[in-house]
Amino acid sequence: MSILGGGIFKGMAVTLKNFLGSYRSLGRSKHPLFTNQYSWKPNPDRPLPARANEYPDPDQPGDFKKPENTTVTNFSRNFPILLHDGGEPMDTIRCVACLICERECPPQCIYIEKDYDENGKYIKRPAVFDIDISVCMSCQICVEVCPFDAIVMNSQFELSTPDRFGGLLVRRDDLLKSNDYYHQIHPEEAAARDQKMAVEKAAKEAKKKAAEEKARAAAEKKAAEAAKGDAE
Amino acid sequence: MSTAAAPNYELLQQDGLETSLLEVSMGPHHPSTHGVFRMDVKLDGETVVDLRPVFGYLHRNHEKLAENMSYLSSMPFTDRLDYFNSMSNNWAYALAAEKLIEVEVPERAEYLRVIMAELTRLVNHVSLVGFFINDLGALGTPLMYAFREREKILDLFEQASGARMMCNYFRFGGLRNDVPEGWLERAGEVVDHFPSFLDEYEQLLCENEIILSRTQGVGKLSRELAISAGVTGPMLRASGVAYDLRKVDQYGIYDRFKFRVPHTDGDTGDCYDRFMIRMLEMRESIEILKQALAGIPKGEIMGNAPRVFKPKPAEAYGRIEGPKGELGFYLIADGTPKPYRYRVRPPSLINLTVLRDMCLGGKIADTVIILGSIDIVLGEVDR
Repeated sequence: MSILGGGIFKGMAVTLKNFLGSYRSLGRSKHPLFTNQYSWKPNPDRPLPARANEYPDPDQPGDFKKPENTTVTNFSRNFPILLHDGGEPMDTIRCVACLICERECPPQCIYIEKDYDENGKYIKRPAVFDIDISVCMSCQICVEVCPFDAIVMNSQFELSTPDRFGGLLVRRDDLLKSNDYYHQIHPEEAAARDQKMAVEKAAKEAKKKAAEEKARAAAEKKAAEAAKGDAE
Repeated sequence: MSTAAAPNYELLQQDGLETSLLEVSMGPHHPSTHGVFRMDVKLDGETVVDLRPVFGYLHRNHEKLAENMSYLSSMPFTDRLDYFNSMSNNWAYALAAEKLIEVEVPERAEYLRVIMAELTRLVNHVSLVGFFINDLGALGTPLMYAFREREKILDLFEQASGARMMCNYFRFGGLRNDVPEGWLERAGEVVDHFPSFLDEYEQLLCENEIILSRTQGVGKLSRELAISAGVTGPMLRASGVAYDLRKVDQYGIYDRFKFRVPHTDGDTGDCYDRFMIRMLEMRESIEILKQALAGIPKGEIMGNAPRVFKPKPAEAYGRIEGPKGELGFYLIADGTPKPYRYRVRPPSLINLTVLRDMCLGGKIADTVIILGSIDIVLGEVDR
């Protein structure tokens, strides 16, 4: 500390550098800050980006280029949705109402009722599936514990509603989204999940086939033995 | 407000003036108290004669909730203890539960855990310094510079875990998912850029005469008091004790990294020391991050641990060097899927116990910056 107030001036220099640097880059970023693109008068050479995380490339006016360092919305999650495999949603719904997610949900925001046909037989699908998204804390535990890959996270963030109770209680039919929609919002995750399901299905079928063959072999053996016994 | 006399205190008397102590309740809704926290202060003029911290306004039954749900289900609630450091909270809880079920963590997951914990330390310290300067009265500028850097790291967290603050990323035996392609390169860019920001930040703050005169010699904490009160983390190191769980316990793979533990010689232990220790710790975190990003192998990120499990009756204590101090989780298992007892050792609360000793005899304006230098988050103090 040689001169009194020297440290303050040093700090002020930093502030000035940052103030000016926000208009022109000082090694910080290639593009001027988004807020500085609002100019006093409209500039036809530099149109405003359509979305906040799409910055126009100053070298190519009018060409929108997404910088690599901003948030990639592909990875963000907010509230769960139920998946179906296309067609009539309730015919291809993956959920079998096994109640695992309802039991594991930390804030207990899921409510499920099983569906029964007119004979009182349990048909593997939910009659009621409610998620109270005013309680949900987007933790993704339900997605992790689901053995049927039936519930995944959405990234839709426009959820404002004037109705505090009904508007934030999402019912089964509103939760149902197709697998194609899931591919749109989280392409990589959806592809990985499809692959995992295909592997599991193949393993299950191989197991079933092996069991069938074993049963058939056993039956043949038994029949052969029976035939042998008859011959004797 | 009411007037009352504190025991063993003689009022400063002036001839012809009748004076008395003034009792002021600061908070709970006061911008300087970092949340809903109250201080009952007794004042003689501007001098603090007595101080009583009152907390519990944000109590939400964290421990009892965790005792009524499975081990996995309370993982997202640990995010909400100290909401600045959700990643390191996850780690402490995962360590405790991993001791119960005895699972191995794969190599890549261990590296990613270190990377996430050190990024969290950067986030916490950089915003703490911003808030601390904010408490001094520099409204805005340093805090906004800090938040600009914090935002880059939060973007990394979002890409890895899906959420900016409530990450819920660690699992028993590994991590929930691998980082996306190109994430390590992006993290490397952020880490490479960080030292130049720190240079600029030090130039902005560390020689500023106003900051020096308001923090040096204010809120002294002696080494003896710090040790006997159980203070941990940067506050303990600022009082002259070189104690860091990353060196003492070497949990995870911290034995593989070369880094130093900054500490003072314990002569002062004032607010300026606590502020500078955090600036120095960020430099060391960057060193660890560089080594971890260079050495991370490819491979699995999840060991074969069951999602829902019933551990044998046992007890376990997992602790880490969190950005605020020693964060510990104590679990007692009784053979059911739920813990019989779940206890958090919150660094914020235990560091807060020395607030009265640091504030006595100082000015009322200094209590605000002393509180700021402790670095509390009320989500963790009250639980």
